[in-house]
Amino acid sequence: MLLQALAFYVFATVTVASAAMVVVSRNPVYSVLFLILAFFNAAALFVLIGAEFIAMILVIVYVGAVAVLFLFVVMMLDINLTEIREGFLKYLPVGAAIGVVLLAEILLGLGVLGGGSVTIAGLDKAGAQVLAVDNTRAIGRVLYTQYFYLFQVAGIVLLVAMIGAIVLTLRSRPGVRRQKISDQLYRPKDQAVTVVKVPTRGGV
Amino acid sequence: MTIGLGHYLAVAAVLFTLGILGIFLNRKNVIVILMCVELMLLAVNINLVAFSVFQGNVVGQVFAMLVLTVAAAEAAIGLAILVVYFRNRGTIAVEDINAMKG
Repeated sequence: MLLQALAFYVFATVTVASAAMVVVSRNPVYSVLFLILAFFNAAALFVLIGAEFIAMILVIVYVGAVAVLFLFVVMMLDINLTEIREGFLKYLPVGAAIGVVLLAEILLGLGVLGGGSVTIAGLDKAGAQVLAVDNTRAIGRVLYTQYFYLFQVAGIVLLVAMIGAIVLTLRSRPGVRRQKISDQLYRPKDQAVTVVKVPTRGGV
Repeated sequence: MTIGLGHYLAVAAVLFTLGILGIFLNRKNVIVILMCVELMLLAVNINLVAFSVFQGNVVGQVFAMLVLTVAAAEAAIGLAILVVYFRNRGTIAVEDINAMKG
């Protein structure tokens, strides 16, 4: 139990520290790398709590797809690094004040929750079958039966996002020569072939 | 010493606050703002999974998966808009984005 607590504090500290480094880092590439570190440690927190499936999905989706996408975009756009920090100190007091107030409110709510004046509602019958079987099996039993339509909607959301990203970034530049198969196939005969009458002994 | 629900909620609260702080502080780079949105969604996921485990109800983890799907879609669309914007204007500073005079 002590080992679990120690692991929790290590993972939580690294998660929060790397999230802070995402915010204050000078170079956006470093920000992306610290974001990857934060996601890894959050996945470790999930493993520690017994939610292995979400942890693995987090690593695959966030680290494997989203963070690499961020890295591509950061490296593709050439950003002037000298002017990127200019407004940092100007907005620091307002941002820090709002952050402190928000954190205090949330922690106050947590303290009220720990004090026992707010009771969490009990289990409902829908998904109260966790912990009897392993985590992935429990999620699958609920996800593919009761929440099947939500699962389909999630797939449609991803499809729309993919089509939207392609439509947004696709551009047709005028100067590019590319093969058009249909134009080649539908070319009429008189444009393609010329019949030349070659006189005898005259040559072309 | 046992780790309870409150510990996880506190970590999620700090992560969420850091995300909001990052949105306020970064006025030059939209990419960092998108990363801060991802951090906030991660905090939401931590909340959902913590409540799910400590209540013994697996539906929270299903919902966390849906939130993760939406986060991935949001990152893809946001970065596509960002690339198009950079192609047209040559900058991604937040202060220069005023084409709609909002």
